Amino acid sequence: MDKISPAVAGFGLHVRQARVAFGGAVLFEDLSFDLAPGSFTCLLGPSGIGKSTLLRLIAGLAPADARAQIQADDGSPLAGRVAWMAQTDLLCPWLDVAANVALGARLRGTASDGARVAALLEAVGLGDKMRAMPNTLSGGQRQRAALARTLMEDRPLVLMDEPFGALDAITRWRLQDLALQMLAGRTVLLVTHDPREALRMGDTVRVLAGRPAALGAALHPRGLAQGELHEAEHRLLDELSATAA
Amino acid sequence: MRPLLLFASFCIVWEALVRATGVPPFILPGPLRVAAALANNASFLAENALVTLLEIVLGMVVGVGLGCLAALALSASRGARAWLLPLVVASQAIPIFAIAPLLVLWLGFGLASKVAAAALVIFFPVASAFYDGLARTERGWLDLAQVMNASPAAILWRVRLPAALPALASGLRMAAAVAPIGAIIGEWVGAAAGLGFVMLQANAQMQTDLMFAALLVLATFAVLFYRLVDRLALRLAPWQPPTQSTV
Repeated sequence: MDKISPAVAGFGLHVRQARVAFGGAVLFEDLSFDLAPGSFTCLLGPSGIGKSTLLRLIAGLAPADARAQIQADDGSPLAGRVAWMAQTDLLCPWLDVAANVALGARLRGTASDGARVAALLEAVGLGDKMRAMPNTLSGGQRQRAALARTLMEDRPLVLMDEPFGALDAITRWRLQDLALQMLAGRTVLLVTHDPREALRMGDTVRVLAGRPAALGAALHPRGLAQGELHEAEHRLLDELSATAA
Repeated sequence: MRPLLLFASFCIVWEALVRATGVPPFILPGPLRVAAALANNASFLAENALVTLLEIVLGMVVGVGLGCLAALALSASRGARAWLLPLVVASQAIPIFAIAPLLVLWLGFGLASKVAAAALVIFFPVASAFYDGLARTERGWLDLAQVMNASPAAILWRVRLPAALPALASGLRMAAAVAPIGAIIGEWVGAAAGLGFVMLQANAQMQTDLMFAALLVLATFAVLFYRLVDRLALRLAPWQPPTQSTV
């Protein structure tokens, strides 16, 4: 396991006064929240509410007129300490699976740790697909490779933008387990529109809803009994459908 | 098999038409007469075909090279876009017929002027297709590269360039299709050898059968050259679904 997850403890993150507007329409403003170090936070919201934009803002990919004060609680800058996993796998079709997993090193012009690539691919169940080209993989396999690439970056903060949205139910279930297990100890912010996914994966679940969007109260699903989880899922669905309507 | 059958039936209809109408051979020779001209002048035609082939291949090398360089420069710097883009467009807007005499005047009757003419018609489809591909990299790859702290140079070489290879491949196919045009026009304007030169001479001497024979050789070469480039282009971007070869 050492090869797979060296000790990278996630740091806490403070986001203050985030504001994003497209043209005249304000998606959200004065949005503030914290991510506890090493915690898994799920941000739940209907499509188009601005979840992905918020994630991009934290990743440093924000549009020009977006702004926010974003600080790590250890005081160091965020650049170089964030990993990003998008809705689509973003595997480069011209590189084989192993080279895709080592993409970060390739782009930075540094040597990649081949043993770690192999160990990660083994861990996500693609040990026999190292030399395969992405177009020969199934959707689930591709997303596994993308997860391995995200982990290969070995960053303390991991931002995930509906990474399992396009997968079938069983594959999604397995990959959620895999991600939970492999991301343990890092600070994770996962954006999703699926309440069940949020409740299953998050230490903390927050709903982003309304216009301009505001964050609902934090929900902590861990330790909730089955009945309480069901109740929470219904409540979340109600909140989401209120905004969607 | 189908192209051969098609060609054979075309020849039969052609021969029948010539015999039925009694049209004189200097207007329209029948395929048998063309075949005879082809056989009688085999070495002469081969000699000249080699010249044209060399012009096409060298023109392709120069045109593709310059086209790729222009596309890279255009996408690497805003200043280059401002200065180069009008030139690239002009290279296509001015008809090759208008420039070819100048090329012959400046570069002489030999190989160089034909290579330049071929390179000129090849340059635009390559530069334009490759530049388009470089400019339209999937947003997600660029985001991912940015989060991974890639430098702009690394993003160009390791993401945008390989992502643009399918576009370059279609540019190469287009270039291969027009390459013979440049070389032949160059030969028409002024040359001492080549299939275009043979066609012009034969036409002047009413040797229409020889002209058709040269045309046949040229068409065969053009098709084979296109298929070869099509194969190479497929290798450039094997992850793209193979295109339906039209010839």
